[in-house]
Amino acid sequence: MSDDVFRDGAFHAETWSFPKDDEKLPPSGPVAVGKARFLIEIQALRSRNGEIGVVLTPGESLDGIVDHLDRITLVALRFTRYSDGRPYSIARILRDRYDYKGELRATGDVLRDQVKFLLRAGFDTLDVAHAGTREALRSGAVVAMTHHYQPASAETSEGRTSTAPWRRVSS
Amino acid sequence: MYRYDEFDHAFVQERVAEFRDQVARRLSGELTEDQFKPLRLMNGVYLQLHAYMLRIAIPYGTLSSRQLRRLAHIGRVYDRDFGHFTTRQNLQFNWIRLEDVPKILEELAEVEMHAIQTSGNCIRNVTADHFAGAAADEVADPRPYAEILRQWSSLHPEFSFLPRKFKVAVTAAPHDRAAVQVHDIGLHLKMNEKGDRGFAVWVGGGQGRTPMVAKKVRDFLPEANLLAYCEAILRVYNLEGRRDNKYKARIKILVHEMGEAEITRAVEAEFATLQGKALTVSAPEVDRIARYFALPDLKALPAVSEAYEAAKRVDPALALFAKRNVHPHKVPGYGILTISLKPIGAPPGDATSDQMGAIADLAERYSADELRVSHEQNLVLPHVKLDDIPVVFAQLQKIGLGSANAGFVTDIIACPGLDFCSLANARSIPVAQRLSERFADIDRQVDIGDLKIKISGCINACGHHHVGHIGILGVDRKGEEFYQITLGGSGDETCSIGEIVGPGFSSDGIVDAVETVIETYLKLRASADEPFLATYRRLGQEPFKEALYVR
Amino acid sequence: MVKAAKPFRPVVATANDLRSGAVVYRDRDGKWSKHASLAEIANTQDAADRLLALARADHDANIVVEPVLIEVDGGKPATLRERIRDTGPTIVLPGPPV
Repeated sequence: MSDDVFRDGAFHAETWSFPKDDEKLPPSGPVAVGKARFLIEIQALRSRNGEIGVVLTPGESLDGIVDHLDRITLVALRFTRYSDGRPYSIARILRDRYDYKGELRATGDVLRDQVKFLLRAGFDTLDVAHAGTREALRSGAVVAMTHHYQPASAETSEGRTSTAPWRRVSS
Repeated sequence: MYRYDEFDHAFVQERVAEFRDQVARRLSGELTEDQFKPLRLMNGVYLQLHAYMLRIAIPYGTLSSRQLRRLAHIGRVYDRDFGHFTTRQNLQFNWIRLEDVPKILEELAEVEMHAIQTSGNCIRNVTADHFAGAAADEVADPRPYAEILRQWSSLHPEFSFLPRKFKVAVTAAPHDRAAVQVHDIGLHLKMNEKGDRGFAVWVGGGQGRTPMVAKKVRDFLPEANLLAYCEAILRVYNLEGRRDNKYKARIKILVHEMGEAEITRAVEAEFATLQGKALTVSAPEVDRIARYFALPDLKALPAVSEAYEAAKRVDPALALFAKRNVHPHKVPGYGILTISLKPIGAPPGDATSDQMGAIADLAERYSADELRVSHEQNLVLPHVKLDDIPVVFAQLQKIGLGSANAGFVTDIIACPGLDFCSLANARSIPVAQRLSERFADIDRQVDIGDLKIKISGCINACGHHHVGHIGILGVDRKGEEFYQITLGGSGDETCSIGEIVGPGFSSDGIVDAVETVIETYLKLRASADEPFLATYRRLGQEPFKEALYVR
Repeated sequence: MVKAAKPFRPVVATANDLRSGAVVYRDRDGKWSKHASLAEIANTQDAADRLLALARADHDANIVVEPVLIEVDGGKPATLRERIRDTGPTIVLPGPPV
């Protein structure tokens, strides 16, 4: 994990802690844990003073998570390889089906060529380790599409066209 | 045909800029080959045996004269003066410089073309019946839906990193010329009793290592739900498709492992959450897209052309061409003309830049400026006046493309094989050439009748051997090329996967073996009207096996 | 590729040029040439290992892609696939000769 995350066009300091599975939960402050620990320690997480987040790896479903979505303010989806596209579907299901409004973070193998796909699938923060991608995001050098043939998830800023109900224009 | 509006133009221009940036980053070393490879593949750039290969999308096989001329130009300037039409209605160039690709894409964008998603683990170029928009037997033109699918699938934010490639085909005629049952999704447009349009939806067909015929999951999906339903199928596949083994990653394996009932349940459950929302295909939108595909203004003509009939009476070659290469058009007085890219002894599906230019001229003058590419690696002039067929035939003969062999034994499909492809185990094209020469005698072809030979140089089955009446699969046996024969495959509405007949044949023996199969058919057919496939289905493998292996 | 179980046979390093995609072979001067006949031949396992390491370094330096060692027989690529890579398709290509 980096010590900052990319959101709304800029890097911001990390506010979440991600204790390892064998580490104790910090007494306060936002904390995110893996799915297995989340399901076991949900009561402990809820009784402490601090926001709750969960980290899912590719292949982990939302089963058991969705019942608690109203108390979760971070879902981090890990990309082990950028070519494994499962987190995109999880993201869209969270946004579109469950109307999840909290932070949705992409972490792991996050590269500049996927940034637009990620944002349009409903991710709003990116945890970026790749140096070239960090630099490109910082300097605004990412060359990306702004015309799209599909509606995005969690779209607030995308423009529509007069024809074709599914066309969108992003900035 | 479809014309780009400002949005579409902006889209492809942005994609060119994006890819130019990616190529620049690769050449500068910022991107490693491992990082770049999936990016270049998503834009149709492969590394093949001799160089980079660029696969250009020809959506649902529809081309204008201007577009074909541009392809000819690209062949001339950036490649070796010819192009290869593929079994997915695309065009490939084999000696492209990576440095040139952004320029080529720019040239393509000018004529409303691109190479988006002609490779990679994403939704590939949507294919369609190559007679679409002209065929007398279609219920409606399926291409507006193919275009809607093309748009929806282009750079889809959720489905650009699927477990494996994903192929969609659309047809609208009872006789399936688009092989929809061997696609990941096959869509068969039809009309219900009320006159509403909808689709039979087939899922999980495919060729490759584990060939499977698709399962029908919906008999009539209303057109409004087309995209939501496809989105549901793709979502189930994206989440559940296997990613541990690339040979088991296609949706056909998921369908097989989950079972028809369970996959249908999962898709329907997902669809329930998606239908009625932003992806609803509204009637006005269908109409808007369909207007682009309106039949050209074809003057009403008598159903029978006296001039054409008279010309056929005096020219047996024309008569045969008319019989084999001209298909009924929905408008009286017109025909759909197949230009065979299978002259005797030539590599299937290849056309020189000069030939492409000449064909573009013919399309402009005689076919309302329209062309089609067939998955059988031929070109089609969809709207030719019957009156004009003799002159078009004469012009085609001049450029060496007047073969009256559509659907005959010499109309062979072949993948590029080991002559070009880095995945191939054996050559395909030379086998096709030798077979073509062996059966060159046109009287013999007429006698044999309808017979589809399809050749693949490896198990990936780009040459569609599994659905060849006679399929040939090239394998490598200790450094030697060997060829396995399958019999009884078919890609039409009676879809079946060919059965392996026995041990393979050497490169020297394969042509004789195919001839033995065909001679056996000629001996056993119930009448001269019984085609090969019918005879095979009636008698099964045994007599052919016996002829091949029992001496 | 060289398999450990087989007796060693002479090999050369081949790849594709990053920019053009052209088939290239590593020559004795460490340059990549379009001519297999100029390729440096490794006659021992040690020499082969060294050659592959150099070829991979050129891959990492973004000069070539997909570097591999291929067996040669009498100085020429031994397999049909590699012979086709070296001399081009075995068919007569459409159009005018290049």
